[in-house]
Amino acid sequence: MLIFEHSRPHRAAHAQMPAHTADISDLPASLLRQDEPLLPQASEMDVVRHYTRLSQKNFSIDTQFYPLGSCTMKYNPRACNSLAMLPGFLARHPFAPAATGQGFLASMYELQEMLKDVTGMAGVSLAPMAGAQGEFAGVAMIRAYHDARGDHARREIIVPNAAHGTNPATAVMCGYTVREIPTDKEGAVDMEALQAAVGPHTAGLMLTNPSTLGVFEKNIQQIQKIVHDAGGLLYYDGANLNAILGRVKPGDMGFDVIHMNLHKTFSTPHGGGGPGAGPVGVAARLLPYMPVPVVARENGLYRLLVEGDIPATIGRMSANHGNAGVLLRAYIYARMLGAEGMHRVAEFATLNANYLLAELQKAGFDIAFPTRRASHEFIVTLKKLKDETGVSAMDFAKRLLDYGYHAPTTYFPMLVPECLLIEPTETESKETLDAFVTAMKTILAEAYATPDMVKGAPYTQPVRRLDDVKAARELDLVWQPAD
Amino acid sequence: MPFIPHTDADVTQMLAAIGAPSIDALFDEIPAALRSGKLTQVPEAMTEMEIDRLMQERAELDGRQLNFIGAGAYEHHIPAAVWQITTRGEFYSAYTPYQAEASQGTLQLIYEYQTMMASLTGMDVSNASLYDGGSALAEAVLMAVRAHKGAMRVLMPKTVSPLYRAVVRSMVKNQHIELVELDYDRVSGTTPVPTADMGDFAALVIPQPNFFGALEDVDALTDWAHAHGGRVIALTNPTSLALLKAPGQWGAQGADIVVGDGQPLGAPLANGGPYYGFMTCKQALVRQMPGRIVGRTVDLDGKQGFTLTLQAREQHIRRSKATSNICTNQGLVVTASTIYMSLLGPQGLKRVAAASHANTRSLLAQLCAIPGVKQAFSGHCFHEAVLQLDRPVAPVLAALQAQGILGGHDLGADYPELGNALLICATETKTAADLQRYAQQLSLALNNK
Ligand SMILES: Cc1ncc(COP(=O)(O)O)c(C=O)c1O
Repeated sequence: MLIFEHSRPHRAAHAQMPAHTADISDLPASLLRQDEPLLPQASEMDVVRHYTRLSQKNFSIDTQFYPLGSCTMKYNPRACNSLAMLPGFLARHPFAPAATGQGFLASMYELQEMLKDVTGMAGVSLAPMAGAQGEFAGVAMIRAYHDARGDHARREIIVPNAAHGTNPATAVMCGYTVREIPTDKEGAVDMEALQAAVGPHTAGLMLTNPSTLGVFEKNIQQIQKIVHDAGGLLYYDGANLNAILGRVKPGDMGFDVIHMNLHKTFSTPHGGGGPGAGPVGVAARLLPYMPVPVVARENGLYRLLVEGDIPATIGRMSANHGNAGVLLRAYIYARMLGAEGMHRVAEFATLNANYLLAELQKAGFDIAFPTRRASHEFIVTLKKLKDETGVSAMDFAKRLLDYGYHAPTTYFPMLVPECLLIEPTETESKETLDAFVTAMKTILAEAYATPDMVKGAPYTQPVRRLDDVKAARELDLVWQPAD
Repeated sequence: MPFIPHTDADVTQMLAAIGAPSIDALFDEIPAALRSGKLTQVPEAMTEMEIDRLMQERAELDGRQLNFIGAGAYEHHIPAAVWQITTRGEFYSAYTPYQAEASQGTLQLIYEYQTMMASLTGMDVSNASLYDGGSALAEAVLMAVRAHKGAMRVLMPKTVSPLYRAVVRSMVKNQHIELVELDYDRVSGTTPVPTADMGDFAALVIPQPNFFGALEDVDALTDWAHAHGGRVIALTNPTSLALLKAPGQWGAQGADIVVGDGQPLGAPLANGGPYYGFMTCKQALVRQMPGRIVGRTVDLDGKQGFTLTLQAREQHIRRSKATSNICTNQGLVVTASTIYMSLLGPQGLKRVAAASHANTRSLLAQLCAIPGVKQAFSGHCFHEAVLQLDRPVAPVLAALQAQGILGGHDLGADYPELGNALLICATETKTAADLQRYAQQLSLALNNK
């Protein structure tokens, strides 16, 4: 039932509103609303019960193993939430003077310093509100750098075909054209294609390392040299930073600019779609272009650096301080990990991924890049299964839901047919991984024995498989009352 | 090891299963020269008890001042149920609802949210959210230019928040879109209907209420834009829409795209975020929309269900030809907002809007009775207004701050032409005593000089 179907005229949650309607007779009728907006008219308990029940129709990290590749679905510590929601933090207006926000600003400054260390970059701005906005800031800085040098011929961003869709979409938003380059059999950037692609038109290369294929770009040093020799800059998509946290620094690999997804590596919640935070780290030559605001410490006091302080800035990503509350959660998480805990993140994320890979391989699954070490994630390809039984990666994924597991990422990256991108993360125990392997084996057997049953999955969810074609053809995006 | 469950025995067994001698060996494909990674700026780990103490102290430091700043972020009462339910693990720790069957909670909630926002703004459809009001305005500009297929020009009144204009500039400048600034009338603080020939333009942005809290002549501006071949992007405060005419009813045809910041609907001020940007539009523009959209459909048994739809607009399908690069949005804040709107209902939201407006008017009357203080503009306003002082604003604000009062937003830097101008706001959270206290302290601050 929809919340609107619980609605009854004149029912209301009276404790939640001013006792009466104040006088607004100064406002002219021509500017006033005549109709009543379609908002629910319900009691407080109706609303609480409705949304609590809706929440129970979700899979989540708190309730299920959620090995969604590229998304780093690790445990989100509860303290990060409760401490970020202390009244002193929640009540502060973004325009309040810096003197009234020293606790918040100190936390932000320390987060910047920690992220500089983790990434090996010269500066960090916390402004971008998600990975894609971090990408935007990063590519805009690459552009500002070339423009400032009068190097206007550089109009192209190179993107490997394994890249996340946000990479090419971002390059276009920054006014660049995109050149895709292929991936070799071992899941690495095709070096010949890269060599052929670079030139005086190259603004930069956007690279994810470990790549979205779950393997480390072994040739990173040569890649770095090829791009830099051609006069381009190197962009690091930090979505997979969890794989190398505290083990390898992107700055040491020669990257000029990087974004981090704090909602992955730093365990802030995904919230059913967001909010995230996508801070950017930059090498020294891009410092003048950082997005504002940036937190500075001067004489023991913290303040925001704005346009006047960073005159060549690429500008603002948000009206205020980005997703401040998300940044606070990441700060709290980082402090609870400490340096030692951060090293352990990459170690145990990698251990879990390689263990799961080994066990699934033993169970008869095809690994997309069997000669390679897994990073923190890896790809299983179900092409053979599809050819032999008609059961697709999507069918397999839906059947996993019946066994109480969220599905891995399916059909990304697009270049591996029938792929499942599996990322267990470091916070899962061996028992959970073993139980998942058992479920995977069971479904594999089901796919051969009763393929049609698997193709009809799931059976245990609030709904069965949904008609996506109807959803797109007969658009029903808002509810309409019956009359 | 915080948040890592492995025992030593687990590690031994797992390495044996992998056939690796050590965890270190798992990193053997990474060139040795790169495997340093020593962290020097990250302090030792803290237990939850220790970080609790530190954050309590810091939050205490930031304290709670009596706040009269609005300027795009508004302090409203948030029912306790809103964030208690929103931070349930099932909402809090779920990913984007890609596996629809296992995400019906989030998906149905977004469908309900889309319905509420479309109705509140008088539009046909809504997306599932953008990052914030500023970036939503930037996306609306890009969307209008895509749909226009003519001049890449958008008319941007100076009465739009200076920060929003800054965000739009940084997001569209690399695509050669021209933002034409429209000046405002110094008496009314609103945007006059242009009389000069503005040439071909993709859209006119109309803020209502505008950054000064003043109410624009939305009907005339909308009709003028449509008569000259441009679309209308309405920028609104969602709380105001419980009282003010929905953008869908502006002029003869209504606005085409409506955006704004959803913060007033259940998100705390929280140092500026996370908030969310909302965007609604007319049906004809739905395929130009950025961001996620949820649709209602049926399952194999014909039962109602919800799923992400029109994904062919988005980056994960369309890559370089997508309508936007946005992927992660502000879902959890939308969850809070949906619960907020459900608890308030049409009557509650109207009362909140009216009480905020009445409080601001009462404050204005008290402050303007003080010698040296007057209202800057003559026209109508909604729950926010500009004062003009007879002396510089900054020292006055500092004196108020010393008394625990945040007296408003100094407009001097962004609107020097207004002289000593101060933007103030009093929402429904302020009592008569709060308003009096502000008036008394302002009076003292001015007399002491
Ligand atoms: C490899 C990669 N790059 C970029 C992104 C975009 O990040 P966000 O969703 O935070 O915008 C993602 C995640 O969605 C990703 O997996």
